[in-house]
Amino acid sequence: MESHFPLLEPLLPRVRKPVQYVGGELNSVVKPWGDDATTVRWALMYPDAYEVGLPNQGIQILYEVLNEQPDTLAERTYAVWPDLEALMREHGVPQLTVDGHRPVGAFDLLGVSFATELGYTNLLTALDLAGIPLHAVDRDETHPVVVAGGHAAFNPEPVADFIDAAVLGDGEEIVTAITEVVRAWKSAGRPGGRDALLTRLAAGGGVYVPRFYDASYHEDGRLAAVTPNRDGVPDRVHKHTVADLDAWPYPAKPLVPLAETVHERYSVEIFRGCTRGCRFCQAGMITRPVRERSITTVGEMVDTGLKASGLAEVGLLSLSSADHSEIGEIVTDLADRYEGSNTSLSLPSTRVDAFNVTLANELSRNGRRSGLTFAPEGGSERMRKVINKMVTSDDLIRTVATAYQNGWRHVKLYFMCGLPTETDDDVLEIADLAREVIRTGREVSGRRDIRCTVSIGGFVPKPHTPFQWAAQLDHATTDARLHRLRDELRRDRDYAKAIGLRYHDGKPGIVEGLLSRGDRRVGAVIEQVWRDGARFDGWSEHFSYDAWTAAAETALAGAGVDVDWYTTRERGHDEVLPWDHLDSGLDKQWLWDDWQDALDAAAGEDVDDVEDCRWDGCYFCGVCPSLGSSIEIGPTGRRLLPLEPVPPRP
Amino acid sequence: MRFASVRDFQRALERALRRADVPMAYSQGFSPHPKISYLPAVQTGVASEAEYVEIGLQQERDPQQVATALSDALPDGLEVVEVTAAAGRPLGEPLTGEAAASVWQVRFDDVDAAALHDALGVFLAATSVRVPRSTKSGRTEVDVRAALISASVRDESHDGRACAILEAVVRHGTPSVRPDDVLTGLRDVAGLAPPVPPVVTRLAQGPLDETTGAVLDPLS
Repeated sequence: MESHFPLLEPLLPRVRKPVQYVGGELNSVVKPWGDDATTVRWALMYPDAYEVGLPNQGIQILYEVLNEQPDTLAERTYAVWPDLEALMREHGVPQLTVDGHRPVGAFDLLGVSFATELGYTNLLTALDLAGIPLHAVDRDETHPVVVAGGHAAFNPEPVADFIDAAVLGDGEEIVTAITEVVRAWKSAGRPGGRDALLTRLAAGGGVYVPRFYDASYHEDGRLAAVTPNRDGVPDRVHKHTVADLDAWPYPAKPLVPLAETVHERYSVEIFRGCTRGCRFCQAGMITRPVRERSITTVGEMVDTGLKASGLAEVGLLSLSSADHSEIGEIVTDLADRYEGSNTSLSLPSTRVDAFNVTLANELSRNGRRSGLTFAPEGGSERMRKVINKMVTSDDLIRTVATAYQNGWRHVKLYFMCGLPTETDDDVLEIADLAREVIRTGREVSGRRDIRCTVSIGGFVPKPHTPFQWAAQLDHATTDARLHRLRDELRRDRDYAKAIGLRYHDGKPGIVEGLLSRGDRRVGAVIEQVWRDGARFDGWSEHFSYDAWTAAAETALAGAGVDVDWYTTRERGHDEVLPWDHLDSGLDKQWLWDDWQDALDAAAGEDVDDVEDCRWDGCYFCGVCPSLGSSIEIGPTGRRLLPLEPVPPRP
Repeated sequence: MRFASVRDFQRALERALRRADVPMAYSQGFSPHPKISYLPAVQTGVASEAEYVEIGLQQERDPQQVATALSDALPDGLEVVEVTAAAGRPLGEPLTGEAAASVWQVRFDDVDAAALHDALGVFLAATSVRVPRSTKSGRTEVDVRAALISASVRDESHDGRACAILEAVVRHGTPSVRPDDVLTGLRDVAGLAPPVPPVVTRLAQGPLDETTGAVLDPLS
């Protein structure tokens, strides 16, 4: 298959940021197209702009894992902006990969990683540009098998019409298993066509093929059941869990683009999973149990990753990086190793904990102490009890004071709005907290130029969490509540200048809520709004709430359900949820009991906190026994040695 | 590579220097930057075979070894042509201002060489061709005709597809006349409207020999 770049090149001078479409990243590979019968070819897509998609860890890991396999090739493709989309349609240029500029429609598989539901319309654009029928049932064996992954794939029902398969959980192992099934089918001469291939994929219970399941509904609109419609297909599909992260030290050769992207750093995942038990957090629930990467593997990855990339910043990623059993040693040893080399180290936002200030100090040993981010999430102590995030206001003030004392000038605090049982007063307490943060900060630092930024995200209930039954707050109330907070923060002039407030309006959250907890009927809404022109719904300049509500009215007419039904309605214990047949390992009754505990805590009852099972014993969430997995943590007791100094060149 | 912006190029170069273990000198202060002097680069969308940068090192290095290590570390499409020790004068001296010029090659696909030749004739016959340009200080005009030292056309049609090549020597200055200004001028005075965007490449830049009109090597 030849490069189609000569078709694309004449269009590029006419679009914004053309460099994002040319590929050629350092460490990218273009393998030979290979023999049709024995080579398996994957196109991997991140359904957002290149600048967001390129740094994505999942895509980079799978790209490397697949390309290391013989007779297997993986290339990448990203969403094209509407300016290029229009030109491609005008000139008949199909969706291409950025590596070999080969048409996506010519690959055997199209793997799409959905970190968020707001990429769904971009998938439809890519399918359409690739010449792949939008509806999976209209495809034949010449079309790629469209496989969805990523966190949103834990409820793929809204895109069930458009994908052939979905995979839950870690991709490292299942991606090669799928590859071998496809290879066997291809080299046998594609017996039984597409249907037989999908049946073979579905048989093991590790790949969900939506078309092999039928959804039925009660008269009131609620889901009655999702059941297999043929023999040989399991009732439930399970998620995948990689036990030993040290065995999968990827990305080893990070992709370094010419174009500017949202993260210009080499990221190493220091552990996967989180058992802090925050009830709103889908990532923490669906990635259990915690599996650590050892300090020595982290050290080796940082060394090889920096050498292979020339990047000047290292990010130590995870859902709660300070919780690694040897985080202190990792941070100190890396800071020692790279001292004086103009290499910077960073941790993502951290829990409210004085130890995190110590870590941040160590990371910024040589550099400027600018901003430090903490995430208390709930504005009032009552809300933090509801979400199981055990931080008192005193803890917060003490931690922040330590930060200012240590020379940090700017503290960022992250909260959510619209949590279950929340009232205006819970959110207004954020203003009291922020003022107290500044007052204490001025006192301990003796300076007036310290700042605090309050960032607020709208809460969206997610599948496979204790809040999956909760009513989402409507956007009008969200907006009104945030405006009250804004006015409250402005009231006191002495503090107003030192406190910044960042928030978004509540409408995009409602669409995210519709797509997060939607069932198969929502697919018609996605298709309608896409036909009406919706693209890049995660970008405020492209997102149109009115387009979504109009599409929902058209597409859901006669179904007896509407956007409110999917979003602001609380679900009951016995309701069948659209993702109940998808097994994240979590026991549904455990989730329900935890939800009841949250409501009891909200009502002022004395409910025990759910502590972390890494240190406090099992809470019986169900994951380990049902998936045969276990907690994999240190400490290993090992330390990082300094690297050999590079001998000066003669 | 021609679609990379100046900033894209600079990031790629700085990363390659790190990968190649070139001992760069850094500026002092809160956020140290490598000491690299960049000169006005080609616009996004324009290719170049003649860009120059000056890199400050902490220690002396053999230029040939730096060239090899850096070549290996750069992404495909970026190549090191030559590395020499700094000449003791700022690199900008032979490359900027009215005394310097660039050689540009412009490929016009689907344009007949005779048509391009005629358009160029009309352009050269004009005493001045002013095109608008927006600069940091607002909108201004540049005289493209005055900056054009010489130009020639050749026919590179093949397989029945017309293709004409324009090669032009254009004087630098402030604001500098760019190849797209020349294209604007050709459109304005001679009505040349290429059906597909022409592909522009800088072939050389350096001090202009005022008598012969040749562009000399800035490193010699």
